[in-house]
Amino acid sequence: MSRWLPRTYLTLIYLLLYVPIVVLVVFSFNDSRTGYEWGGLSLRWYDALFNNRAMVQAMWNSLWLALSAATVSTLIGALTALALHRYRFRGKNVLNGMLFVVMMSPEIVLAISLLALFLLVGFQLGYVSLLLAHVTFCLPFVVITVMARLSGFDERLPEAARDLGANDFTMTRTVLIPVIMPALLAGWLLGFTLSLDDVVVSTFVSGPSYEILPLRIYSMVRVGLKPEVNALGTLLLVFSLVMLMLSQWILLRSKR
Amino acid sequence: MSRFVQRPDEACAGLSEKTDSPLFDWVGFWKNRPLFLWAGPMKQTLLFLSNLTKEFDGKKVLDSLNLEILDGEFITLLGPSGCGKTTLLRMMAGFEHPDEGTIALGSRDLTHTPPEHRPLNTVFQHYALFPHMSVFDNVAYGLKMEKRPKEEIRQRVEEALAMVQLEDFSRRKPHQLSGGQQQRVAIARAVVKRPKVLLLDEPLSALDYKLRRTMQVELKRLQRELGITFVFVTHDQEEALSMSDRVVVLKDGLIQQLGTPREVYERPANLFTARFVGETNFFPGRVEQAHEEDTIIVDVFGLKRTFRKPDFPVTVGQSLHVLLRPEDIRVLAPGDDEGVAGKVVERNYKGSTLDSVIHLEDGTEVLASEFFDEDDPTFDYRLGEPVKVSWVDGWEWLLPTEPETPSEEAGTDA
Repeated sequence: MSRWLPRTYLTLIYLLLYVPIVVLVVFSFNDSRTGYEWGGLSLRWYDALFNNRAMVQAMWNSLWLALSAATVSTLIGALTALALHRYRFRGKNVLNGMLFVVMMSPEIVLAISLLALFLLVGFQLGYVSLLLAHVTFCLPFVVITVMARLSGFDERLPEAARDLGANDFTMTRTVLIPVIMPALLAGWLLGFTLSLDDVVVSTFVSGPSYEILPLRIYSMVRVGLKPEVNALGTLLLVFSLVMLMLSQWILLRSKR
Repeated sequence: MSRFVQRPDEACAGLSEKTDSPLFDWVGFWKNRPLFLWAGPMKQTLLFLSNLTKEFDGKKVLDSLNLEILDGEFITLLGPSGCGKTTLLRMMAGFEHPDEGTIALGSRDLTHTPPEHRPLNTVFQHYALFPHMSVFDNVAYGLKMEKRPKEEIRQRVEEALAMVQLEDFSRRKPHQLSGGQQQRVAIARAVVKRPKVLLLDEPLSALDYKLRRTMQVELKRLQRELGITFVFVTHDQEEALSMSDRVVVLKDGLIQQLGTPREVYERPANLFTARFVGETNFFPGRVEQAHEEDTIIVDVFGLKRTFRKPDFPVTVGQSLHVLLRPEDIRVLAPGDDEGVAGKVVERNYKGSTLDSVIHLEDGTEVLASEFFDEDDPTFDYRLGEPVKVSWVDGWEWLLPTEPETPSEEAGTDA
């Protein structure tokens, strides 16, 4: 009895977590129009998905946006983390605090303020506005990931490199960047995922010229749940699992 | 010619073998044997530190410090933490810049040269090995920076690793090595560049006692083989005495004493050095008679002892410190004619010595360290056993009394 209870409890929790996902995956292979009856195994929804040009375009747009936003925010974030870690300057604490403000503030607030800003300066809503917005909310995550790695960084390593004849640039290239590389990769992946599935901010700052996947799905679902969405969900699930395993593999390898 | 494998004693052996040959190339002999020259008595100053001053947040860490480091010597900077020894070393390496003063290597001014352009290399306290590189790449790093040809790098790295007995570990990553092995890699990485001076910042402090002793011997051997100048920083006086050619005792950014380990131990320049280096008994003395040419008579615990006249001026009635190391103390039977009466309050068996603490009748504590005698291997004391304390005249060292406040103490004797 006493062993039975916690097991049931755990089973229920796992069911709650994974049943919807399993249902989604299973029904993506369902050869039936409706989502509640099984019509046999089929790949027709995958076929329909890839023949939906607008959908494929939105997918590429989203991938490209996530790639560029993650890369840009990793570059800026790594430099910010280095500056915060290495130098003492006026306004350091303010800068540090502001990063947290961006991270903690509700997404809707960020979205509205970004939209207001873009309208104010007369910015054409599209890829660039999306990129700027995504970099903004990815940045604090990258900075914090890199800072965590830097806090465990032995301050004597740059000195040892200089002592052995490396100038500041060579030291950064051969010692600093390789040592913080796992954090850079982790930060990049984090940014990539955040950007890929963002809905709230994107809804506000995207324009008709550049449609991205989450918004496309959202509009599709509004007119009724199409089984195509299940197929898309399954693909995204597989993609994020691959990314997750990749990041774990990189982290494990770097520890070795 | 490989510098790594040549030993000074081999150079000497070459001399005795070949002198009778009329075809012996004397010029070549001297040219190719810098180690022989280094081992010789003619030592030239290599590194000139003049008038170095440094303040951190208004606190003087170095106070117009002057020091000349000789070519090929093993010199140790010894002092308690915060005495400025690490700052001084970092200044030589180029990581700190003096507020005032200059650093010169021979005739070349290094004061404002960045670390990467100084022909000095450092072994860091916690090794600072590059964690993402193999042992080989760590050691090769400095040579890669010099853009040496690949083959030369490989050869020199292998030589350096062989020198620290790590030739089989070149593919390992630093975290796969023990502390002692990491230490060796750090040394190989620094000496592979054949620096003029090797700077060692408490390199043994992270090792356990036994490994430390092994590494001390190892470092001495390396220094002899390489013939380069070692500047060694430590707070461990035993380490300093056993390894160095010369010891610099530092306190509050001032040199307290500069001398051979023997000078520092046997003839400390002031009370700080005497207290910091080894254990010492300070007996209060009063000058009774000072008119002789080279001896004075001093009253110690009521005993009239005749001492060599010290370097400082003495007048009758002046009080001074009589310093005796624990091993200079003779513990006599209570019935003995000479000596001061007291009783044993503590005894510590140390293997080769028996260390005891004796309370004299006036309350003074005396530390005594006696070697075991072959005739009496079971020799020991009971606690509370009455004894008499004496010493051999001539083994004492005299120092003038100093003002009590520690800060003034440093100022008066630098």
